[in-house]
Amino acid sequence: MTADCDIAVLGAGPAGANAAIQAATGGCSVVLLDEAAQPGGQVWRAKSTSILSAPANSESKAGDALRRAVNQSDITHHGSTRVWQIERVDDVWRLYLLQGNQTEKMTARALILATGAREFVHPIPGWTTPGVHGLAGATALFKDALILPGKNTVVAGAGPLAFFVASEIRRLGGQIAAVITPNSRSEWLRAIPAMSARPDLLARGATWVADLMTSGIPIHWRHAVTAVSGTSQVDAVHFQRVSPDWSPVDKVRTLNADSLCLGHGLIPDTQAAQLAGLELTYRAELGGWVARVAPDGITEVKNLFVCGDGAGILGAAAAVVQGRLAGLAAATGFGAQRSENLYQQLLSQHARAARFGRAATALALPRPGLNRVATPNTIICRCESLTLADIRDEIRTGATSTNAVKAGLRAGMGPCGGRYCQTAVSRLIEHTANLPEGSVAPPTPRPPLRPVPLSAMADDFNYDDLPISKPAPL
Amino acid sequence: MSTTHDIAIIGGGIMGCATALRLAEVGMRTIVLDQGDLGLGASGVNAGTLSLQIKRVKLMPYALAGHREWEAMGVAVGFKKPGGYTLAFTAREAALLQERQSLKAQAGAPIRFVSIDELRKAEPNLAPGIVAASYCPEDGYANSSLTGRYYRLRMRAADIDVRERCPATKISQTSGGFRIETPQAPVKCVRLLIAAGGWIKPLAGQLGVDLPINVRVNTASVTERMKPLFSAVIGHATGLLTMKQKTDGTVLIGGGWQGRGTPQSGRGTVTMETVIPNLALAQFALPALGSARVTRCWTGFEANVPDFYPLAGQLPGVANAFVLGCVRGGFTIGPYIGRLMGDFILGRETELSLFDPGRDFNEELQ
Ligand SMILES: Cc1cc2nc3c(=O)[nH]c(=O)nc-3n(C[C@H](O)[C@@H](O)[C@H](O)COP(=O)(O)OP(=O)(O)OC[C@H]3O[C@@H](n4cnc5c(N)ncnc54)[C@H](O)[C@@H]3O)c2cc1C
Ligand SMILES: Cc1cc2nc3c(=O)[nH]c(=O)nc-3n(C[C@H](O)[C@H](O)[C@H](O)COP(=O)(O)OP(=O)(O)OC[C@H]3O[C@@H](n4cnc5c(N)ncnc54)[C@H](O)[C@@H]3O)c2cc1C
Repeated sequence: MTADCDIAVLGAGPAGANAAIQAATGGCSVVLLDEAAQPGGQVWRAKSTSILSAPANSESKAGDALRRAVNQSDITHHGSTRVWQIERVDDVWRLYLLQGNQTEKMTARALILATGAREFVHPIPGWTTPGVHGLAGATALFKDALILPGKNTVVAGAGPLAFFVASEIRRLGGQIAAVITPNSRSEWLRAIPAMSARPDLLARGATWVADLMTSGIPIHWRHAVTAVSGTSQVDAVHFQRVSPDWSPVDKVRTLNADSLCLGHGLIPDTQAAQLAGLELTYRAELGGWVARVAPDGITEVKNLFVCGDGAGILGAAAAVVQGRLAGLAAATGFGAQRSENLYQQLLSQHARAARFGRAATALALPRPGLNRVATPNTIICRCESLTLADIRDEIRTGATSTNAVKAGLRAGMGPCGGRYCQTAVSRLIEHTANLPEGSVAPPTPRPPLRPVPLSAMADDFNYDDLPISKPAPL
Repeated sequence: MSTTHDIAIIGGGIMGCATALRLAEVGMRTIVLDQGDLGLGASGVNAGTLSLQIKRVKLMPYALAGHREWEAMGVAVGFKKPGGYTLAFTAREAALLQERQSLKAQAGAPIRFVSIDELRKAEPNLAPGIVAASYCPEDGYANSSLTGRYYRLRMRAADIDVRERCPATKISQTSGGFRIETPQAPVKCVRLLIAAGGWIKPLAGQLGVDLPINVRVNTASVTERMKPLFSAVIGHATGLLTMKQKTDGTVLIGGGWQGRGTPQSGRGTVTMETVIPNLALAQFALPALGSARVTRCWTGFEANVPDFYPLAGQLPGVANAFVLGCVRGGFTIGPYIGRLMGDFILGRETELSLFDPGRDFNEELQ
């Protein structure tokens, strides 16, 4: 079967855009697809037109450079394009796309998946109150539209992202009530040797912390937010000291604030990889359930590559390099010359960036004590308004898989397709049924990857084309 | 210490679970094994239609009894009985509808033909262009997602041993009955029922019985919540469409369109080449569906034998081994035929006759 192009790349973040550029350099015809209008992904998200004059920072500069490189290449870039189904037909990949209200189909000989990560917010009492934002989600607000989460914000979470978010809020003129992180100072000190693999990134992180300290903003190390109060808007944030496994200890303290940025790390977005036929395994150090992927993006399925945070949370620096490696591997498969020098150079760059990434990810990995924070009334599944008690009761009757909980209660059957609740549900099952961490897999993903209007799926139907099938036996 | 069960049932779908409940009622020590979660095979992913209009003529008494069982199960399985319409858009379909539904009505289903006016009054959002329609007030649906949950709770209350995520990997005959290897402890039992849906063939094969089973890969799709658009179960004269809007507002669309895969290679996958015409037909019948967003499309395995009647009885040539499956409309009929199967295993007379798995599948069924 002939294909529309050699290589389709899903995701135009640091990983996917670099994969596409690298593959196009090798002479392949490349189509780059992303639901965002412009390349950049999460970390280098393009500004919306209303804020084009906003001051540049290192993210916006890197993003602009990436967008220029894509524009100057031979890549066909389709922005504002959602990929909602992936099928293998004979020896090509067939992708179903949604553009506006229209479905389009395209085929490619090879497929590179660079779908990135999504954020995990572990449910705590009050986390659905308006004014609570995901930590990573908040960065999207700044980058896209320079919107601040509130007038007086508590920033809470593990790993470097909390400090980045706090310093961005300050840079944009917002006020921080406090930074609360379950990591201790000594955990950070212990991470420094590994993070020195990328001294530039380490130095950037240090300036965020230094900025907060010199401006007198309280940083509560080894503390965690354990509840939020407020009805139509956050009015107070409650926090406690935590033990090394992040179990709350000691008395509850309270901060007045109108907003909270809260996050518990990132999770590889693997649904596209699963639709393409890859099995997942649990790799805590990579952020959870991931496909088996080599450093150069090669997977167990022929002509299928995965790169970037979607293959494991190693951060933007590693995503750039793994993207290039995957682009190189895919192009080599179609006869492009591979410079052994470049290949080796990229592999060692990736190893360095990955070392930094793993250290940052390790700080942010949710620990078991988090399971002690939610109360029976805490909402776990927002789409279906299911509480901890609802789900725990179901588990106790014997529903000890995510598929069983989903079937019995609809947790994960709502519009989000389980993207927001399934990690919490897996963890809850493990905790309640006394199963080891990483033993409860996410539910089987079903297409479409994003909800698609039925009219867009069903267009150009001709009643006379209905197959005249043999009627069912009488 | 290992115990011997009176019966082991391989397969925790609707067939296995319904049989287990019957056997446990009379005190049999029963164990149910499922390779996955209870009720998440065909029984947990089917379209949930309880419709006499799509049942085979000879199975009508079983389907009527099945409807009574579902009605009694009630809210715990999301049972609803809004009635059902089957639509014809062409003269050919109208003739097909007339012929087929008349035979089903003669077999005892309260099916009648309705005027287009009556249909429009009941379901104003249906498309123009319908030329004929039949109606059955007994038609309805249940929520198949709740099958596992429902039977898990009932089997727990009945003290039935249930092992989930525990595949039977090898079956052998012993002096006292059977021994079943599993990744956990082996199971010893006096009697054995194979109720493994699309997976029956290889299991029966282990006992030396070759059953001529084919497996179909049916697909279904669901939309997000919508404002009320229609209330009855809607079918199409060709059988290529069934749809219903649940009380939560989601619309479930099926029609026997085929996906890809085999029971031996995972869960099966949908292909848009068949899902798209299925959805297009749904929109053709009910144009307002066009604005609904589709959230999930999936597949399930449905087994059948060449005469499309059930396998329900003794496994040919193997004493104390039984098989139950390949029931067309098995979700509807399952709770009832499972009870009959229980009676058969207990050596009792069954209320309606069963379907000998040793029959000649090319002969007309008597
Ligand atoms: C909300 C959020 C904010 C983040 N902010 C930062 C930050 O400020 N700084 C930082 O260092 N790290 C941040 N990260 C971490 C981030 O994962 C980076 O490490 C980096 O962006 C990873 O690059 P990537 O190319 O692997 O994925 P991404 O940059 O996430 O790119 C993936 C792209 O795939 C597209 N995509 C996915 N699925 C589909 C589909 N089905 N159809 C069409 N398009 C699709 C997405 O639109 C996205 O543009 C953030 C993560 C998240 C989730
Ligand atoms: C998409 C779809 C739509 C349908 N729509 C309708 C409808 O609207 N109305 C209707 O009446 N019928 C419908 N049907 C048919 C109906 O779902 C089936 O007839 C019925 O559910 C079959 O039940 P079962 O118990 O035989 O099989 P299943 O429910 O498949 O159960 C078999 C069980 O055996 C287990 N198993 C298999 N091998 C092993 C092993 N080695 N060890 C342990 N366990 C094992 C499996 O995990 C499975 O749970 C539909 C079917 C499908 C697939």
